[in-house]
Amino acid sequence: MDLLLGAVVLGVLLGCFYAAVSVGLSVSFGLLDVPHVAHPAFLVLASYGVFQLNESYDIDPLLAGLAITPLFFVFGLLAYRVYYETFERRGSDAAVRGIAFFFGIAFIIEVLIILQFGVDQRSVSATYIGKSWRFGEFRIPIRQLVAFAVALALTVLLAVYLSKTFMGRAIRAVAQDEEALRLMGANPVRIKQFAFGIATAVLGIAGALLIIVAPVEPTLDRAYIGRTFCVVVMAGLGSISGTLIAAIILGVAESIVLTLFGASWAPAISFAMLLGVLAVRPQGLLGR
Amino acid sequence: MKRRTFLGGAMAVAVVGHGSSALAQQPPIKIGMSMPQTGGLAGGGKASLLGIEIWRDDVNAKGGLLGRKVELVVYDDKSSASETPAIYAKLVDVDKVDLLFAPYATVPTAPIMPFVKQRGLLLMGNFSFQVNSKVGHDMWFNNAPWGPADSWAASFLDLAQKAGGKNMALLTADQEFAQNLALTARDVAKKRNIPIVFDQVYPPNTVEFSSIIRALKAAKPDIVYVASYPPDSAGILRAVNEIGIGDSVKIFGGGMVGLQFAAVMSNLGSLLNGVVNYNTWLPEKSMYFDGTKEFFDKYTKRAVEAKVDPLGYYLAPFGYAMGQMIEAAVGATKSLDQKGIAKYLRDNEHKTIVGSIAFSADGERKETATLQAQFRGVKDKDIEQFRSSGKQVILFPDKLKTGELITPFETARN
Repeated sequence: MDLLLGAVVLGVLLGCFYAAVSVGLSVSFGLLDVPHVAHPAFLVLASYGVFQLNESYDIDPLLAGLAITPLFFVFGLLAYRVYYETFERRGSDAAVRGIAFFFGIAFIIEVLIILQFGVDQRSVSATYIGKSWRFGEFRIPIRQLVAFAVALALTVLLAVYLSKTFMGRAIRAVAQDEEALRLMGANPVRIKQFAFGIATAVLGIAGALLIIVAPVEPTLDRAYIGRTFCVVVMAGLGSISGTLIAAIILGVAESIVLTLFGASWAPAISFAMLLGVLAVRPQGLLGR
Repeated sequence: MKRRTFLGGAMAVAVVGHGSSALAQQPPIKIGMSMPQTGGLAGGGKASLLGIEIWRDDVNAKGGLLGRKVELVVYDDKSSASETPAIYAKLVDVDKVDLLFAPYATVPTAPIMPFVKQRGLLLMGNFSFQVNSKVGHDMWFNNAPWGPADSWAASFLDLAQKAGGKNMALLTADQEFAQNLALTARDVAKKRNIPIVFDQVYPPNTVEFSSIIRALKAAKPDIVYVASYPPDSAGILRAVNEIGIGDSVKIFGGGMVGLQFAAVMSNLGSLLNGVVNYNTWLPEKSMYFDGTKEFFDKYTKRAVEAKVDPLGYYLAPFGYAMGQMIEAAVGATKSLDQKGIAKYLRDNEHKTIVGSIAFSADGERKETATLQAQFRGVKDKDIEQFRSSGKQVILFPDKLKTGELITPFETARN
């Protein structure tokens, strides 16, 4: 019983972390329909930015994540513009060709990281990494609590931004009917570009959480492609609160399997859950 | 000025060239290999290649092999098993290399074994584990110090049993090398009547190990044998530190890859203390042989420039030793005949910078030289500390031993 309870608690923490690394994709892929397979590569790039600031200036990883957020916003604006000019405006098969474009970007990012940092693992130091809180016999890693709290705040903030602010509503509108928005005199491309910038900026913090939770290496993005897309599709495209719920379900399921049923089954869990949700509810848990 | 420099350079080349005209006249001896330069194994692959390159430069400075310059033909296999068969076919059929070195690690090497056997080619193995056990190629020679298959697990369990360990937990990565290691550990445990109270195989890309360590701790094992890969090794040790492993554990470690790499060791720092883990070369008194110090002097200088592991203990000197063995065999047989070289390698003991190497019939080392060492007094964020002796005390083998096991694990961690 203790083991099960512990697995659920650790699973919720892990799930919130999954939400943080997936929530940007929920905007770029879920709302904007951009086949952003480079999302995990952007995430790893952000982690290396955090690593550099932590290593060189001893800045706390979370503050470092905040510091690179504006840079990532600009990076997102540029990346979308290139994607739009090269693929999206040219026709209906943009999505298919766009996948190749983003795979290319992911590959370039990997190579650039290797050239700059080498292939070794990198990690950051902070007072909350490597310690745990005790509740009797039960211990919770503090880094996971930090990741949990920040991930929760990030997801809630993004959900509030998209539902309560003028620009947030514009982003939702462009996701629902781009043509109608154009007829109302708005420029959907600029709104989508801004939204893509937001989705990328979020990765500054998510990248910090990634390197707080575990060391990073240049090809780590490959490990997160499946998980992040699984969370976003299972959540229902574009649903931020759905992303949080789907990620927590995934985290708890993984944690229970790892603890009680044998670790080798864990990777099958995300895809089994994805298939299950799509079979029963094709639009996802909280789909549009 | 530029013209003068050019003329001076040209004259220098002419003078040097006169002394080594044989080198210039004959085509080079080409040694082909793939090596992980990207992907999960790249850290090791780059260090291993640098070791081989230092040997190439040394041997060429001495006049080459058979009076011919040595040239390396290297491709990146991206740490992928699916890349190596095509690369080795190209090396043999298109590049027409004279000799083959295997890539670093088990995963990329395993798929090329049937090819080299079918073609009757000599393959110098590079730190793979048990890739020849089913293939049975008689021209395979592994540079790694593993020795007989079960000696790795047996040496760890010897230490564990002496410390009072009576049951075992096994935590292994779902990956060929770790699984081979786990198989031998299960066999040795069975022969010694050591019950296995926890046996988990975790998948690659496992993000968080807290849940697994909680389950392991609940099994209350005396001995914890871990066979993991670098990203996992760090995750496992972090979780052990945070979740705890229990007072019952006498000894922890065994087969954790990554705890030999400078970046990982530096990242983990004091979390390493108490762990007993395998290793290949360590800067302890018993580990210096002819040329070892000179090799590391060169390696240390070149590693910074090449952005590879600044310590390079794990693989680089063994890459150099591969070259030394080929150098000795080609020198003794005075030819590049692969059968002749293989016979020489099998029949003789070879002096290298990592000690004497002799091969048994399966191409693995006759006698194990795999170290089991315990981390002691390691501080956080300090790579340089690992250059001095005493940070990794050698517990096995006896002839290289530099200290005794501190047990139980929780005591050894402080």
